[in-house]
Amino acid sequence: MKTCLVVDDSRVIRKVARRILEDIGFDIAEASDGVEALAWCRSAMPEAILLDWNMPVMNGIEFLRHLRMEPGGEKPTVVFCTVETDIEKIQEALDAGASEYIMKPFDSDIITRKFIEAELV
Amino acid sequence: MTREDCEWVAEICATRVGLRVDPEKSYFIESRLAPVTRRENFPSIEDLITFVRRTNDDRMGWAIIEAMAANESSFFRDRTPFECFKNEILPALIHARGHSPLRVWSAGCGTGQEIYSLAMIVDDAFAMLPPGVQIQLFGSDLSDRAMEKAQSGYYNHFEVQRGLPIRQLVRNFQRSDDMWVLRAHIREMVRWRRLNLVQDQTAPGGFDVIFCRNVICNMTPGARQRTLEGLAHALSADGFLFLGDGESPQTLSGAFHAVADRPGLYARNPAFRLAA
Repeated sequence: MKTCLVVDDSRVIRKVARRILEDIGFDIAEASDGVEALAWCRSAMPEAILLDWNMPVMNGIEFLRHLRMEPGGEKPTVVFCTVETDIEKIQEALDAGASEYIMKPFDSDIITRKFIEAELV
Repeated sequence: MTREDCEWVAEICATRVGLRVDPEKSYFIESRLAPVTRRENFPSIEDLITFVRRTNDDRMGWAIIEAMAANESSFFRDRTPFECFKNEILPALIHARGHSPLRVWSAGCGTGQEIYSLAMIVDDAFAMLPPGVQIQLFGSDLSDRAMEKAQSGYYNHFEVQRGLPIRQLVRNFQRSDDMWVLRAHIREMVRWRRLNLVQDQTAPGGFDVIFCRNVICNMTPGARQRTLEGLAHALSADGFLFLGDGESPQTLSGAFHAVADRPGLYARNPAFRLAA
């Protein structure tokens, strides 16, 4: 079973995302900011990461740039999931190595389709 | 809604556009007609139906049909047909046509996601095509409201996240307040026409590819037969027809043959002639 690390400072969002992603066959791990997520990745690199942008300590884009420099850090497929909807922000995320991008609010259909788009399902 | 009202709705949908509506499903009919009732300021669905039955008001009658016919749509719906179009059908037909225009029709295009998905594929392909290749895209639907939205190119937050890869969004859309609007170069690739597939005998012909997906499955048997005949007429002798999952041209099986290992894809039988 593939593992998806859900990184978001909102416990509610993590809970909702967990439920949706478990339904489509993922094992879920959770982190509430980029530093925690990076620590998790150093111990066990997940196949997928659902990543918020705006978080305390280390935000999503900083985390992604750090992740890609880690050994094995090029492997996880990263899907942003954020309230940021400017084209420039989306482009910045893609340039940093994100595969897909979800704009909040989302529903289960959107997450499922985006994970299919990112060839995770 | 009364049983009689439901049966009346089913009857006008079948008679005018060949749409199959189950009169037993009153909850479904109500869910479709409630927004029309609110929009047109009727106190209730019953009042709306009574008004149309009493006055024969064409605009309001059509509003009911449009609401019942509205179909869920999304960009690159089911993916596979679009990958087949992009990787197999389009290159083969471009090669076969040379500099003659290649014509693609989305029949029953709804709010436009299907034909715009094809437009984005064609736009991407143009960069690698020799000069002189012409590809014409057409969208038709029976609903004025759906066509109006399609032509505007405006989609909401949820619509652009259903099936549309993020790179396509970035490349082909712009923000407009809380909506997303297709860039002009994609919108302008498509020509539009309001068309009732069942009754309108003036559909243009000579199409190389027709997408008519998730349309005939909602039709009465007679309407399905007339629509398939119309599509066979409109398709060039070596053209291709894409139908939706679970749809087949079985009632007009001589006109098309299924392409092996490509579910939903049918090739026109060049030897087939429709009765005059």
